Amino acid sequence: MPGSRAKPAEPRRRWWAFALVAPLLIFLLASFILPVVLMLSRAVTDRELQTVWPDSAAALRHWHGNGLPPDVLAQRVAREMVAARRNGTLNRVANRLNYDVVGSRTLLYGTADKLLAGAPGNSVAALARIDPRWGRPAIWAAMRHADGPLTSHYLLAALDRRLDRDDRIVGVAPEQAVFTAIYLRTFKISALVALFCLILGYPVAYLLASLPERRANPLLILVLLPFWTSALVRTAAWAVLLQTDGVINSLLQAIGLLDAPVQLIYNRLGVYIAMTHVLLPFFILPLYGVMKGISPVTMRAASSLGASPLRAFLRIYLPQTLPGVAAGAIIVFTLALGYYVTPALVGGGADQMISASIAFYTNQSLNWGMAAALSLLLLAPLLLMLLAGRTLARAVPA
Amino acid sequence: MKVALRLLGALALLAGSACGSGSDVRPLTVVGWGGSSQDAHRKAYWNSFTTSSGIPLREDSWRGGLGVIRTKVIGGDASWDIVQVETEDLILGCEEGLFQRLDWAALGGRDAFIPSAAHDCGVGAMLWSYVIGYDGDRIKGAGPQSWADFWDVKRFPGKRGMRKTPKYSLEFALMADGVPAGQVYSTLRTPAGVDRAFRKLDEIKPHVIWWSSISQVPDLLGSREVVMSVTSPGRLIVANRTEGRNFKLDWHGNIYAVDYWVILANSPRRAEAAQLLRYMTRPENQARLARYIPTGLTSVEANRIVDPKLKQNTPSDPANMTDALELDADFWVEYGDQLTQRFNAWVAR
Repeated sequence: MPGSRAKPAEPRRRWWAFALVAPLLIFLLASFILPVVLMLSRAVTDRELQTVWPDSAAALRHWHGNGLPPDVLAQRVAREMVAARRNGTLNRVANRLNYDVVGSRTLLYGTADKLLAGAPGNSVAALARIDPRWGRPAIWAAMRHADGPLTSHYLLAALDRRLDRDDRIVGVAPEQAVFTAIYLRTFKISALVALFCLILGYPVAYLLASLPERRANPLLILVLLPFWTSALVRTAAWAVLLQTDGVINSLLQAIGLLDAPVQLIYNRLGVYIAMTHVLLPFFILPLYGVMKGISPVTMRAASSLGASPLRAFLRIYLPQTLPGVAAGAIIVFTLALGYYVTPALVGGGADQMISASIAFYTNQSLNWGMAAALSLLLLAPLLLMLLAGRTLARAVPA
Repeated sequence: MKVALRLLGALALLAGSACGSGSDVRPLTVVGWGGSSQDAHRKAYWNSFTTSSGIPLREDSWRGGLGVIRTKVIGGDASWDIVQVETEDLILGCEEGLFQRLDWAALGGRDAFIPSAAHDCGVGAMLWSYVIGYDGDRIKGAGPQSWADFWDVKRFPGKRGMRKTPKYSLEFALMADGVPAGQVYSTLRTPAGVDRAFRKLDEIKPHVIWWSSISQVPDLLGSREVVMSVTSPGRLIVANRTEGRNFKLDWHGNIYAVDYWVILANSPRRAEAAQLLRYMTRPENQARLARYIPTGLTSVEANRIVDPKLKQNTPSDPANMTDALELDADFWVEYGDQLTQRFNAWVAR
């Protein structure tokens, strides 16, 4: 390129700039982006059968039928079931099939042990003699759904849906359906917490911005102090305050406002109180920044032109603070969506948010496909929201 | 570029050696249920084990769940050696090869233990129960004497503490609904029985505070958050001793089970782990455990030599076990996934 020869300093400088950023970039890629992508990819991939039963998985992909499979396929399944039982990998297939058809676990282990003991497994009928469930289409459909490499199982399950034997999408049994309700609850709690932060935080930010610096600084410390304290500590403190025999109930009873303690914790109220408090600084600080930048001259000009204080506030001041309100609300809402510790400590069973389900599948049942699908469905609306937020922020006159 | 590559190589080596040496340097690690049960094990076994053998111990605690162990063993994280597990986790983990098979000859043979305490992969750590626990200072006079009483929020107003698992909750619900202990699992093996248990749970749901770790129970009762709770007896008895509480127990319809010690398949310290297992199962050492926490003992000889007074408040006292139910681990191995899913959905509603 002739241009680069004319200005040799430019690309070199760019190279240096890149070299300076490179460590951080590599670090982010290796420690954040790559693991997140790998984890999320589990939501749509299905490798258990492919890895442990490669022959059967290949045969299952060729077999497109409903109902019962050909005996050749049954033979392969029987052979690989025994092999997997011997080298201790059967649990991976068993767990995977159990997600789809409950009881698969005992079916596989029971059958494998009978085959090992010498029972014939060379046809579907032979397997059905070991356990009648092999003679029904359900388990074969579950295997076909799990033959990989891609699957819709986890994403559908995260929306309380599943594939039936004929590959139609149907709802799961009503007593098993839970995630759509939890998603809605997660969004509702987050939105309300953002609203409460707005109601409580706006006057505080206004006060901070309008006071002279000498008096604003100590107040600002009061906002920052909880901001620097761990959310876990603050939530635990709320648990102490809110419990039935806690400070708040005792105080209200002592001054005669209450006859009996009210339930402030292990319910939705406790979640709202604790989450609003924990997230309040995230609302106040960006709004304070915006308010600091608003020139007091505009308000004075409005009143000198005859506007009442309320009108001046609504027409002049409020619109100028909207970018701060939007920024604060989006930050609070986004952080609230992922909350786990606070609802776990001060909420009841019906106040848990989607993170609790993700944690359950990650740590307890180790169904990482499900955890990834739930995370993906939480992440997707979030990204949409951020895009919407950006457009909103641009639309508002700064 | 070459320099960078070499640097990267050196870094990788460094990281590798750091990880490698990490597992060598780490002391023998034993994992229990936390709280006063772990305190008791420390006082009864671990302190004296380190003194007598010179092997330093590190402790950790957990809340159960085979998932955690699968992650460690399959994911190559060898940070735990000996873990206290529940029966279904023992059965499943043993099948999956997550635990080492025990050398029963070195442990004194299977006959040296009560029947349910000897398993290919695990040896009984404690025999314990889930019972009704309540605060005698709040419920004066006759306390709850059955699961039906536990469900009776008119006679005993106030919240109930229950473990946030279908295991125990479903069994207790059926007993509260009048199913005799002997028929609980045969009823639960039918879909109608499961529906019946959930219907009974519906009744008490608005009054339940769910706990996930047994160490929360003394706090929930002590802070008067709940008026009674599903509990293991030891925790409350210890709180009575150390904090001057007046917690009381009711043993009617209790569910008892054995907890096991297992050695993880990827333990880098097998020999030392086996040595600690032998130490913890010796009768004279087990008899000492009962002094620190009321618990049933798994060694036959320990049950013979232990001070009979220490059997009070434990499943080893026959008076406590007239209508008790033994946990059916096979049932939970088979139905655990399905019922946990349904239970979680039910709790979240």
